[in-house]
Amino acid sequence: MAAASAAALLVAGCGGGGPQSGGDSKLTGDKIVLGVLNDQSGAYSELSGRNSVKAVEMAIADFKAKHGDDAVTKDITVETADHQNKPDVANSKAQEMIDRKGVDAILDVPTSSAALKVADVAKEKKKLYFNIGAATTDLTGKSCNKYTFHYAYDTYMLAHGTGTVTTEQVGKNWYILYPNYAFGQDMEKSFSAAIGAAGGQVVGKDGAPFPNTSGDYSSFLLKAPTLNPKPQVLGTMQAGAELVNVVKQYNEFKLRDKGVGLAVGLMFITDIHSLTPAALAGTTYTDAWYWNFDRQNREWADRFQSETGTRPSFAHAANYSAAMQYLEAVQAAGTDDADAVVKQLEGKEVNDLFLRNGKIRAEDHRVVHDAYLAQVKPQAEVTEPWDYVKILKTIPAAEAFRAPSADCKL
Amino acid sequence: MSGFLQNTFNGLVGGAFYALLALGLAVIFGMLRVVNFAHGAFYMLGAFGAYVLLAEAGVPFWAALVIMPLALGLLGMVLERAVIHRLTRLDPLYNFLLTFGLTLILQDLVKSRYGVQSSPYATPDELSGTVDFGLFDFPTYRVFILAFTVLLCGAVWWVLGRTRIGMVVRAATERPELTRAFGIDVGKWVTPVFGFGIALAGLAGVLAAPMRAVNPLMGADLIIVVFAVVVIGGLGSIFGSVAAGFGIGLIQAWGEAYLSDYPLVSQTVVFVVMAVVLLWRPAGLFGREEAPA
Repeated sequence: MAAASAAALLVAGCGGGGPQSGGDSKLTGDKIVLGVLNDQSGAYSELSGRNSVKAVEMAIADFKAKHGDDAVTKDITVETADHQNKPDVANSKAQEMIDRKGVDAILDVPTSSAALKVADVAKEKKKLYFNIGAATTDLTGKSCNKYTFHYAYDTYMLAHGTGTVTTEQVGKNWYILYPNYAFGQDMEKSFSAAIGAAGGQVVGKDGAPFPNTSGDYSSFLLKAPTLNPKPQVLGTMQAGAELVNVVKQYNEFKLRDKGVGLAVGLMFITDIHSLTPAALAGTTYTDAWYWNFDRQNREWADRFQSETGTRPSFAHAANYSAAMQYLEAVQAAGTDDADAVVKQLEGKEVNDLFLRNGKIRAEDHRVVHDAYLAQVKPQAEVTEPWDYVKILKTIPAAEAFRAPSADCKL
Repeated sequence: MSGFLQNTFNGLVGGAFYALLALGLAVIFGMLRVVNFAHGAFYMLGAFGAYVLLAEAGVPFWAALVIMPLALGLLGMVLERAVIHRLTRLDPLYNFLLTFGLTLILQDLVKSRYGVQSSPYATPDELSGTVDFGLFDFPTYRVFILAFTVLLCGAVWWVLGRTRIGMVVRAATERPELTRAFGIDVGKWVTPVFGFGIALAGLAGVLAAPMRAVNPLMGADLIIVVFAVVVIGGLGSIFGSVAAGFGIGLIQAWGEAYLSDYPLVSQTVVFVVMAVVLLWRPAGLFGREEAPA
C-alpha cells in the first residue's frame, strides 16, 4: 500500500504531460518550442522556407526583449523541418515535432493538402497549429478544429479582393485560365462568384493541364482576344513557375496592347522579382501584407534584410506575427497548456506588424485583418530593389474575409 | 482559319525545341549507344548560363547563343572522356544511371546557388515585336526560333548527308562494326559527337530563356516528352527525331486548342501516340529493327 502510493507520487512528480505538472513552472519541460514546418527545397521555399525560421527567431528575440525577467520563460527555441509539399511527409514530420521534439505550436505549412493533414495532427495531439502558407478555406470550414488557426491569406480573400476591385476598376468581362487541379478549380469558382457579385461576367474559362509539361499556354492566350464579347481582363490562377510561363507568353502575344489586362490570382513579391516588374507592369493582385507599405513594415523589413539578405514576403511577416501572438498568449495564460492558450487567443483583437485591425475570430479561428489590392509599378517608377508595387486600396478586415462558415464546428 | 494557322505555327515552335533536343539525343544514342538522361539538365544549363551571362556580365542574348553551346559542348566532351566513355562497354543501364545521377547533381548545384525561384530573362529588343502575316500576326521571337531551328536542322542534315565527316558519323551510327572493319577510326568521332549533342541541348536552352520559366527543374519537366519524341521517331534515327519533334509539337498545340474541354486527353495525347506507334512499329516511325546480335 505504501509502496503503491509512493509510486503514484513519483509518477505525478516526474510525468511531464499535464499542464499542472513540473513544480513551479507551468510549462512543459520548462520551455517553449516553436516548430516551423514548410517547403525548404521546392517551389515555395523562397516565398517562405528557411527565412520564415529567421522571422520566428526575430519574434522570439523581440518577445524576450519586451518582457525581460517577467517573461514566462527565457528558454524558447525553434525546430524546423522540410515537408517537401507532400501531405504524408507533413503528417509524419508534424507528429515527430510534437512527440519527439516537444514542439508546442506548429507554424506555416504551405500546400493545402499538407496543411489539412497537419490540422488533423494538431487536433489529435491537442497542440496548436497556425496555418500561414496554405490557402484552402476548408481549414476554417469543414476541416476546422479547436487547435488550428488560419493566418494570412485564403482563396476567398484572393478572389474577393482581386475579382471585385478589378471588375469595378479595370473591366467587367473576364477570361479565366486556371491549372486543372484542386487549388485551381477552387480559385476559378471563387473568382467567378466574386466577379458575378461585382456585376461582371466570365466570358470564357479554361483549365490548363497541370503540371503543364510543354510549358506552353499560347493556345489559350490566342483564344482570349477572339472571344465575344472580348474580355478586358485575363485572370490567371497559375502559381510559381507556371505563372512565370503564362506571364512571359502574355507579353509575347502582346495581349495588353490588344486591350486585355492581366489579373493574377496568387502572387508573391518573389514572383515579381523573378519576372521583373517590366513584365508585369499594371497587373493587379491581392496582397496580405507589403514590406514597403508604411514605416513600421519598412523598419521590420530592414531588420529582416540584414538577417537574410532579402526583402520579406507576406508569409515571412505572418510567421513573425503568429509566433509573437502565440508567445504573448502563453505569457498571458501563464501556461503552455493548449486549451488555456486557445482561450487567450479566441476573440482577441490585435494590431501588430502583420495584423492590421486584426481579430482572431472565436467562431472559426479565422484570423481576419486588412488586405491590400496591389498593382505592379511600371519599371520607370521602381526606385529601389524589391519596391515593385503600389497599394491601390486597403480592403478592410471585415470585408476581406468570408463570414464564418456554417460547416465549421470547433 | 487564322486561329488554326496561329495554333499550327505555335505547334511548330514548340516542336522546334523537341526537335533540337531529340536530334542531340539521337546522334548521341546512334554513336555511343548511350541514352543520355542528363540532356534536360544541359538544356537547363543553357538557359541558366544565358541568364548568368546577362545578369552578372551584361553579355547579351546573341553572344550567349554562341557562347553557351560552345561552353556546354566542351563540358560534354570532358564528361564523355572522363566518365561516360568508361562505362560504354558495360550494359547500357550503367550509363543511364550515370547520366541520371549527373542530372540530379547539376540540378542541385544550380538550386543551391540560385534557388528554385525562376530567374528573369527578357526577350531581346530586336525580337520583341510582332510580325504581320496578313491573315494573322505572330510574335517576332517565335518566328525567329522557328526559322533558326529549321535552318539549323537543315545545316545538320547537309553536314551529315553531304560531307565526309557526316558520312563517317552516319556509317558509324548505323553499322559501327562494319565501319570499323573498313579501317575507319570510329572512336575518335565519339567525343566530338557527344559534345555536339550536348551543344544542341544548350542551344535549345538559350532559345527557351526568353519565353519559358528559367529554373533548375525546367529540363526535368521537358525531358520526359522528349524521350517520347525520340521513341516515336525511332531511337538513333536522325531524320526521325526531327520529324517526330515537329509532329509532336503540332499534335500538342492542336490538342490544347481543340480538345481543351477534355484536359485529360490533351495532356496524354503524346503518350497515346507513342503507345500506338510502338504497337504498330516497335522500332519507331523511322527506326530500323536492330539485327539480332
